[in-house]
Amino acid sequence: MTDTTNKTPAQVLAPDVATPEVVPAQAPKQDKPASLWSDAWKELRRKPGFIISALLVILMVVMAAFPTLFTSVDPRDCSLIDALQTPSAEHRFGTDLQGCDYYARTIWGARTSVSIGLFVTFFSTIIAVALGSLSGYKGGWLDSTLSRFTDIMFAIPLILGALVILNALAGSRGILQVSAVLIAFGWPTMMRLMRSSVLSVKELDYIDAARALGASDWRIITRHVLANGITPVIVYATITVGVIISAEASLSFLNVGLQLPAISWGLMINTAQNRILAFPHLLFFPGLFLSMTVFAFILMGDALRDALDPKLR
Amino acid sequence: MTSYIIRRVGQFVLVFFAATFLIFSMVFAIPGDPIRALAGEKPMPDSLRQTLVQRYHLDEPYIVQYWYYVTGVLQGDLGESFNQRPVLDIIKERFPRTLRLAIYAFIIEMVIGVTAGVWAGIRKDKFLDSLVKVSTVAVISIPIFVLGFMAQLFIGVRLGWLPVTAGNPPSLYGYLLPAIVLAAVSLAYVARLTRSSVVENLRSDYVRTAKAKGLSRRRVIGVHTFRNSLIPVITFLAIDLGALMGGAIITETIFNVPGIGQALYQSVLGQEGAVVVGIVTLLVIIYAVANLVVDVMYAVLDPRIRYD
Amino acid sequence: MTKVTPLDTAVDPHSADTGVLLDVRDLEVEFRMRSGTVKAANRVSYQVDKGETLAIVGESGSGKTVSAQAIMGIIDSPPGFVTGGEILFRGKDLLKMEEKERRQIRGDRISMIFQDALTALNPVFTVGWQISEMFQKHRGMSKSEGYKRAIELMNLVKIPSAAERVNAYPHEFSGGMRQRVMIAMAIALDPDVLIADEPTTALDVTVQAQIMGLLADLQQQTGMGLILITHDLGVVAEVADKVSVMYAAEIVETADIRELYRHPYHPYTEGLMRSLVRPDHKGGRLSPIKGSPPDLLHIPSGCPFHPRCDYVQDVCRTDDPPLREILEGRTSACHFAEVFSND
Repeated sequence: MTDTTNKTPAQVLAPDVATPEVVPAQAPKQDKPASLWSDAWKELRRKPGFIISALLVILMVVMAAFPTLFTSVDPRDCSLIDALQTPSAEHRFGTDLQGCDYYARTIWGARTSVSIGLFVTFFSTIIAVALGSLSGYKGGWLDSTLSRFTDIMFAIPLILGALVILNALAGSRGILQVSAVLIAFGWPTMMRLMRSSVLSVKELDYIDAARALGASDWRIITRHVLANGITPVIVYATITVGVIISAEASLSFLNVGLQLPAISWGLMINTAQNRILAFPHLLFFPGLFLSMTVFAFILMGDALRDALDPKLR
Repeated sequence: MTSYIIRRVGQFVLVFFAATFLIFSMVFAIPGDPIRALAGEKPMPDSLRQTLVQRYHLDEPYIVQYWYYVTGVLQGDLGESFNQRPVLDIIKERFPRTLRLAIYAFIIEMVIGVTAGVWAGIRKDKFLDSLVKVSTVAVISIPIFVLGFMAQLFIGVRLGWLPVTAGNPPSLYGYLLPAIVLAAVSLAYVARLTRSSVVENLRSDYVRTAKAKGLSRRRVIGVHTFRNSLIPVITFLAIDLGALMGGAIITETIFNVPGIGQALYQSVLGQEGAVVVGIVTLLVIIYAVANLVVDVMYAVLDPRIRYD
Repeated sequence: MTKVTPLDTAVDPHSADTGVLLDVRDLEVEFRMRSGTVKAANRVSYQVDKGETLAIVGESGSGKTVSAQAIMGIIDSPPGFVTGGEILFRGKDLLKMEEKERRQIRGDRISMIFQDALTALNPVFTVGWQISEMFQKHRGMSKSEGYKRAIELMNLVKIPSAAERVNAYPHEFSGGMRQRVMIAMAIALDPDVLIADEPTTALDVTVQAQIMGLLADLQQQTGMGLILITHDLGVVAEVADKVSVMYAAEIVETADIRELYRHPYHPYTEGLMRSLVRPDHKGGRLSPIKGSPPDLLHIPSGCPFHPRCDYVQDVCRTDDPPLREILEGRTSACHFAEVFSND
């Protein structure tokens, strides 16, 4: 019951995957995930929303991996004489309070955001898929224990929990610490999703058939349950990348995320906050890049959901 | 029904103890000096250290420490700030403002979010629907602190429509801009949730039955679709009232609303660990109560709920 | 039938006394989807008279439900569109009516019951509320009057202790009882025509018989015309007067029920009957129709049934046979209607 009512924002974004009825037993399409995905691909290629989001995601990932393709200026090469310049030919995005080139810092900021977003989502998903499929497939005491545990994790909103821990970690907060905390609060939603997805797949006849043919639990889980139950998790994970990037920026903005000299969009806005009304470019550029990146991942998840949800066909 | 509520309350008690234990552990069980965790990097006189050791029973076993902490919480003792002001006092002074802000935001998101969602839902795949879909993703994508500064900059400074800060004590007018910003993200969620719920219900068999009964379109949508569609929305809204108070941290900081969120932010800056823990504990309790209320409401609203 | 006799087109559609209660003529319904346009009803014609039961039989996807929904005016649009034909109710074309006028007929003069009462009844309102709504909205009765009538109706459809159960929710009833609620709601305003769309498919066999019996009783009491949509030719035998068989969105045969059983004039009907378990079935094997129902997106050329037909000739692959009158009151859409059945 709590499963259906405790909706986190990202679940609202992906409402149809949140309560998966993904695999109606009599829908022949569902028997072959390959065709589900290739159908989805055919549809996605024609969707402007997906194309835009894919291009944006690629752009951001390239920017994160090879920032020097976009700027040859060292983002940490700053001179106070140049402080607080508005955008000009020399400094396209202007300069910040320390006189650093804002364009270079904005470009390099992608690396932090994208890597934290992908890293956290990757590990949260692995934990969620492992625990969720175990919980859903095995049931019994293991399921009850794991489910109660996620209930408890759910009781603490991400920002608040992260705030308490990271505040205690003052002085030693790097990408690793921030990521670890975000992972700790990031997996429970996906675990629930995976669990209910596995529960609905588990009841299907072909799982019984596989079991009757003597397939091992491991084989059944990896070959049948995962292959069919993971679709909603993938959609959700795509959205989660955006949510995590936004969360990191918010934490950094609140002084409990990354610390200088790290380059992060949230941190840039935090540092500039008292000057924003006078120098809007300090807000505008990191804010724009941050929002675009989050937008790209959320829109992509949205498009994936529409394409993969058989109910909407 | 009664047994369901009893069971749900039992679950709430369990979650309460577990969550407070978790918060407690987060602060005190992290390797290193728990006093450091509370006080951060501030230099600390020995006398204060002694007081803190006693106050948190740091010389006792861990579980005993937790027991003292949780019984304190149950008696309304959420700790003290460095200048020995009870956290509960801070909360008493500031909480009503946060509540007001949250309620204003709540009204905005409910009225606009539900209207936009229903509107988009009954015009599925038309232009307006796409507009609502894309614009909600866009709003959700802008982190609240970016949105807050943008609103301050454009609506507050450039256009001069609304005050930039809330003032102290805040006026109703001063609350407006922070309330809009606080509402914005949830509003987008409410709109999307309402939309997909309406779309799903419009496809349902019982809506077809309602049409076949010869009811007017207004009644088919307003009565037969609306009631069902609103069940998930109402439950989201109820949880969100709890979440809005948490979301107030950033909004209150930006707009200088002297509420509980601002106190939390200032405590983070000032390394007032005890206040941080106290306020977070309170917010988590509010959130858990909101969840409890939602589950009970859900059972009342949806007769299909199985109480098992 | 209307397809072939030119006289029919001369009948004034506005004269109220043509005698036929409900007259569907050349109805065409399309579903326009991304994957293509599907013709879900193609030149569908049938009539129902007062006190008469017409069964429409066909496999799922044959268009039998779509034509019923077109009569009710509840096709989901988009993607569904009525693109042609007439639906004359007491001589007036429903398709040409203003929505307001049509709504007064819908649920009041023509009503419909659905296959799965669990999903077709609104889960968040009590059954009394849902039945009473008919009286309140169509007859302007008060709520208490409406509930009083709801209890009477629930008694009429033999729901035990109706007075107490009137405040129960749909999910609190058994499948059979739920279908009775659905029927009570549909006959609330004493309609002239009742359309029953697979009313017993979701039910146990014993309950199926009870529901069919109830429908037959109600029809005798009220004299309403009944359109019974089913995929099961067996269900039809005891209650129907006439049968229309549908295949691939078209009617392929219409006949009096006894005539049809005695002598089908279409290979598809013959196939349906052969695949039926009958009490007089003496050993031997049931022979299902070979092949599978056609994909409406890719209806075969010529006669849509030809790939599955035992009597297929060259002409069947190229020419779509029109529905034509074979004998008095009997139509068939087979090139060889007279020939194949005489062997």
